[in-house]
Amino acid sequence: MSVHEQYAGDLALYAMGALVGDERTSVEKHLADCADCRRELELLRGDTALLAYSAAHSVPPRRSRQRLMKAIRKEPRRKQIPARRSWWATAPWVAAAAMTILAVLLMRQNTGLQEKLANQRDRTAEQQSQLEQAREVVATLTATDALHVTLVAARTPPQPQGKAIYVRDRGSLIFLASNFKPVESGKAYELWLVPTKGNPIAAGVFKPDAHGSATVVNPPLPQGVEAKAFAITIEPQGGSPAPTSAILMLGTGE
Amino acid sequence: MVAADDAALMSAIRSGDESAMGALYDRYSGVVYSVALRVLGETGAAEDMLQEIFMQLWRRPTAFDSQRGSIGPWLAVITRNRAIDVLRKRHPEDDIADVVVSVTPDMAGDAGRNQAMEKVRDALDSMSAEQRSALEMAYFEGLTHTEIAAKTGEPLGTIKTRIRSGLLALRKVFAS
Repeated sequence: MSVHEQYAGDLALYAMGALVGDERTSVEKHLADCADCRRELELLRGDTALLAYSAAHSVPPRRSRQRLMKAIRKEPRRKQIPARRSWWATAPWVAAAAMTILAVLLMRQNTGLQEKLANQRDRTAEQQSQLEQAREVVATLTATDALHVTLVAARTPPQPQGKAIYVRDRGSLIFLASNFKPVESGKAYELWLVPTKGNPIAAGVFKPDAHGSATVVNPPLPQGVEAKAFAITIEPQGGSPAPTSAILMLGTGE
Repeated sequence: MVAADDAALMSAIRSGDESAMGALYDRYSGVVYSVALRVLGETGAAEDMLQEIFMQLWRRPTAFDSQRGSIGPWLAVITRNRAIDVLRKRHPEDDIADVVVSVTPDMAGDAGRNQAMEKVRDALDSMSAEQRSALEMAYFEGLTHTEIAAKTGEPLGTIKTRIRSGLLALRKVFAS
């Protein structure tokens, strides 16, 4: 039995209830953490029991037994409660079990959160990468200093050309124009989405630059419209809700 | 076996058997009454204490854990503690279920108990008067070590040492 020497004297006094104040508090704190000293306390209490037995030479009067038995018969039998053990014997186990459960839950939660965080980071990085690519594409397509080259058959004079890239479900559209002739003042080219059913839908107004190039990026369009074709007319520069002139150019989907 | 008898009595008491309570009283009332009388010094107060201790056991027999000691020494210790509380006019400091007592000698049977008591008395007689007095003041009068030091005019460390070595000397009687 290894009892902490600094507590040895105090433990004996504690076993007798003869320790008070800070010393008692200190011993109780130590007992809560030290199984060896708790065991020594049990033995010291056993020693005090021997001391108690040294006084055992008296016999109680007979009436004491009658008094007890009468009281027992009157006492309603209480419902049995489970054995209650010393709080410091059970408290550390209860606390340890609770802490273990809590630690496991926290570890699981922490691991889950870390996984979610890692997934989120991956997704964010992926989205960031896609966004950068999209920005580069759009920047290249829409750059005013971009060199737009349209390759056609040799000896063919340059022809006006329009390229529409349309995603129906998103309602997004990118239109690239090249070799377009300038329009007269107060006028502009207007792009039309020609749906499979219904009237043409306005898809942006543009004027070609000095090189005959122009772009239209994501004009306001309803989502999910099936496009049969795209068409271009010349309209007032503010745009028209419906074509007011003949179709200059027309293209259907490939 | 007498030890088994104690366990059987406690089991019957837990089931509400009044006659088992009577049998346990017959076996241990002498110890409880003697300790209470030694501390309180009055037969009436000792009888009240005797009643209180056995009624506590009747109401809450599970307070004693038979896996962790013998009923006799446990009753002796909780009687002494409660009697000191009464003597010092204070509320009980410990729950009786928190008191775990471990003793080497077999105190269950009458023969073993009488032999053990004789050995303890011999051990006390062989101690110096100062040591025996320090033990008795602490145990039967409920004085703290500072009160004993003040009463005897001896250093605190000396009192601590006397009490601890006195208790260990009692244990040593049964170690061989």
